[in-house]
Amino acid sequence: MSKKILIADDEQNIVISVEFLMRREGYEVSVAGDGEAALERIRADKPDLVLLDVMMPKKNGFDVCQEVRADPAFAAMRILMLTARGRDTEVAKGLALGADGYMTKPFSTKELVDKVRELLA
Amino acid sequence: MLQGSVVVVASALYLALLFAVAYWGDKRADAGRSVIANPTIYALSMAVYCTTWTYYGSVGRASAMGVGFLPIYLGPTLVMALGGFLLLKMIRTAKANRITSIADFIASRYGKSQLLGGLVTIIAVIGIVPYISLQLKAVASSYDLIVGYPVLKAVTGGGEPVLADTTFWIALILAAFTILFGTRHLDATERHEGMVAAVALESVVKLAAFGAVGLFVTYSLYDGIGDLFARALADPGLQKLMTVSADGSYSTWFSLTFLAGLAILFLPRQFQVTVVENVSEAHLKRAIWLFPLYLFLINLFVLPIALGGLLRFAGEGINADTFVLTLPMSAGHELLALFVFVGGLSAATGMVIVETIALSTMVCNDLVMPLLLRTRALALHAERDLSWLLLAIRRGAILVILLLGYLYFRLAGDAYALVGIGLISFSAVAQFAPAMIGGMYWRGGTRDGALAGLLAGFLVWTYTLLLPSFSKSGWLPANFVSDGPFGIELLKPHQLFGLSGLDDISHCLFWSFAANIGAYVVVSLLRAPTAAEASQATQFVDALKTSRPVGSALWRGSADAGELVALVGRFLGPARAETAFAAYARRHQLVDIGRAEADADLVHYAESLLAGAIGSASARAMVASVAKEEPLSLAEVMNILDEASQLRTYSRELERKSKELEAATAELKAANDRLLELDRLKDDFMASVSHELRTPLTSIRAFSEILRDDPKTALQDRERFLGIIVSETERLTRLVNQILDMAKIESGNAEWLVEDVDLRAVVEQSVAATSQLFRDRDVALTLDLADALPVLRADRDRMMQVVINLLSNAVKFAPPVAGRVDVRLWHGDGQLHVSVTDNGPGIRAEDQKVIFERFRQGGDAMTSKPTGTGLGLPISRKIVEYFGGRLWVESTPGQGASFIFSLPLPTTGRETGE
Amino acid sequence: MQRAMLTVQRLATVFLLGVILFNYPVLALFDKAATVLGLPLIFAYLFAAWAVVILLLVWIVERGEHTERSERRERGGA
Repeated sequence: MSKKILIADDEQNIVISVEFLMRREGYEVSVAGDGEAALERIRADKPDLVLLDVMMPKKNGFDVCQEVRADPAFAAMRILMLTARGRDTEVAKGLALGADGYMTKPFSTKELVDKVRELLA
Repeated sequence: MLQGSVVVVASALYLALLFAVAYWGDKRADAGRSVIANPTIYALSMAVYCTTWTYYGSVGRASAMGVGFLPIYLGPTLVMALGGFLLLKMIRTAKANRITSIADFIASRYGKSQLLGGLVTIIAVIGIVPYISLQLKAVASSYDLIVGYPVLKAVTGGGEPVLADTTFWIALILAAFTILFGTRHLDATERHEGMVAAVALESVVKLAAFGAVGLFVTYSLYDGIGDLFARALADPGLQKLMTVSADGSYSTWFSLTFLAGLAILFLPRQFQVTVVENVSEAHLKRAIWLFPLYLFLINLFVLPIALGGLLRFAGEGINADTFVLTLPMSAGHELLALFVFVGGLSAATGMVIVETIALSTMVCNDLVMPLLLRTRALALHAERDLSWLLLAIRRGAILVILLLGYLYFRLAGDAYALVGIGLISFSAVAQFAPAMIGGMYWRGGTRDGALAGLLAGFLVWTYTLLLPSFSKSGWLPANFVSDGPFGIELLKPHQLFGLSGLDDISHCLFWSFAANIGAYVVVSLLRAPTAAEASQATQFVDALKTSRPVGSALWRGSADAGELVALVGRFLGPARAETAFAAYARRHQLVDIGRAEADADLVHYAESLLAGAIGSASARAMVASVAKEEPLSLAEVMNILDEASQLRTYSRELERKSKELEAATAELKAANDRLLELDRLKDDFMASVSHELRTPLTSIRAFSEILRDDPKTALQDRERFLGIIVSETERLTRLVNQILDMAKIESGNAEWLVEDVDLRAVVEQSVAATSQLFRDRDVALTLDLADALPVLRADRDRMMQVVINLLSNAVKFAPPVAGRVDVRLWHGDGQLHVSVTDNGPGIRAEDQKVIFERFRQGGDAMTSKPTGTGLGLPISRKIVEYFGGRLWVESTPGQGASFIFSLPLPTTGRETGE
Repeated sequence: MQRAMLTVQRLATVFLLGVILFNYPVLALFDKAATVLGLPLIFAYLFAAWAVVILLLVWIVERGEHTERSERRERGGA
């Protein structure tokens, strides 16, 4: 059974590229365009991993991460945060909120794939 | 009629009156209704300066030297002009330190030195005793004269046995009188109010009596002042009295003026009435002119009386010192003669009472007590109440001083005229001047310097004035003066080191001051002041700046309050000590003062109470005997004083400074806040720029890598991905351009091409440029543009940039179905207005401001992320504002938004060629 | 305070004036065998100068006091 991945990002073109990459790796992919949609999809699909953008409309990535981690039902869910704001404090904040990994945009597709693979292993 | 009994009874009645006045004054003072709290009485009490030396002696001196008696009164007149700060400083210092005498003043100034106090006392007693003897002599000889009436016998004096000598009895009577007057109270700073009242009365009596004689001589014996002078001028022997230079030289004149000016400050009795007995500093004001006026009046008739006497008694051998009395006697005016005698008695008793009280205080506090406390310390400690001892010492001192005066009178005899003796005393007390004035204005003066100066000056005085007077009295061989000791010419007392051409007073003044000031300054400079000296020096020098004595700040240590109370009780009497400490306890809200560990304040209070009774030097020694004082180092003292004086002196400046600082701090804080805010904004800006740049880069990199890593990508995907890469690259380019544009405008480096702009044409061209967008999105566009508009002064391309930006925003937010954008252009209020209205979702009120900030699209509120860089509106606003206009948005959410900008038209003035 | 300083300075000026009036060489100007209104010149001069000095003192001290008082009253009334 293939793993399920949720891509949460408001940038259409980034979603397209990441979706393409993940499908190519054989994962089952769903997509959300903002923070609230992302939480909805998480509850509905129970993905194994979320690729979570920080700067999203309605609810930012940190808030989503925090809510997910507050729910024990999603304890096993992996969260990999993606952000275009590459500051150290944001990396630290994301990890502190319970993210499993952090990647700064623009990222290397190879690294992203490796990281996802590692988290789902 | 003028038998001895009449004179004695009249004198007794007069003294009884004085005593009654004094008694009444004391009673009123006890009741808190002071009779002497009056500037006129204060000024009159200062007239104790005029003794029998003035009363009888001035006429004697005028008979010999003409106007030469005047410097003795001109000097004080001038010094009173300096009273506004000199006397004020002395008074304030004395009050702050509970100073009881001039010896106490000097001792206190130089670190509360008992040695110095003792030396000053000895000099004062030696210097003043002849002066007191002079009063005794004057009273006695005037008594002998008046009881001899109508015979005007020349008084020889000194032949009869002591018990038959009038002077002896006068001395005893005056001693008893003074004891009654002055030593009923113990604490010497508790002023002798009754005594001052009596002295003021005496000043009135002596002025009245002298004035009466003057009027009598001028207008009764002669036909007015003109007649008197005319007759005198006719007499070749008297003509010389009408000039200064005939007898005394100008240097003598100056010396006497100077000497008298110092005497008014430093004679113990003057210090007593002017400083110690002063009730209020405010009284000084009237004294500044009233006392000189008194001197003026009492001297007005001196020369007329002298001339009258000289004319009337020519060749009769009557002593000119007695003219005041002998003139009315010779004319048969018994009552006037009696009045004159009483006036003379006034002058003498006033001086003797105040002087002996002042001296006895000094002798007790600065001479006897320190010795007693030192030699019999243990015995004194055992004694419970010592206040009787203090009283006994003072009473004894009064008696001894008067008997010394009598002794001097017996021994010196008639060798000197009254004036001569007075000047010797003046010269003695003048030796206090360097230590006093130096101490009040120079911090560097030390105890050793003061000791050296006083001793040197006193020795020179002794050698050049006192010993020669002994020589004249026959105690020393006469050739001591004429040939010098052992025949050494250079050491002749009146021509020391060969200095000739000066009279003996000027000569003494020169050498004694040279020695005194020289020793004072040089020895003071040999070492730095000690802690005790420095602390006192600062208090004295800064007396007029000090608002509050710093005394207690300068004491550190521990003491038992009970012991302190007992100590003060021993000298003031237990009852008075209890009262004083109860008052202290009330002031400080203490319940039981006896139980507490004494703090520095209480110790200082006890010391000042004691100082009032036994002098500052002894008080310090006594307090030190019960308190464990930790000595302060000089550095610590200087620190405390620096702090205190700086705080005081500069407090106002500090206040001002601190206000300025506060203002500056507030400004700095505001500036800092602004900077922090700017910093935060810059940070946010950088983060936003970073985000905006990284987002397109992310897509570009991802697709590029996909295409590179997998050449077998489906053709369809490949084209799609390449399309995305191209459009993201365009986005990136746009962003970079706008960021640079923004930066240029904000830094002021943008180039503006200002020309006449037809705004209607600009709007039309912009619409044309964006028409493709409208077609793509199927948004309807309506134009409502006014005709015949005035031209603007602006940059055409920039204006186009603004309109295009607004149009593309509007088309973006217009709904996909039935989207509509209305563009209007109109003229009003001297401005051109353009509005671009869409029928999109509108903008929430809280976002209406935000959208004009950089990278702050109304994003979070919207379901879909708006396209655009987030810099369009901020740049548009900057451009509009650059040309003096305004860009804003009006919107109701759900009903579209209207972006409007207004630009001012050029003023008409410019067109008329201003 | 300002007023007090002014008074002190005025008094000091009178002191200096007196020092000059009552000493050589000014004194020598009047030290002649001459009379004014029947009075010896030096006698008349000294007492006149003395009176002037005293009047100046009166004027300075009392005037200063009055102005101060009236100022205080004005301030009090305001």
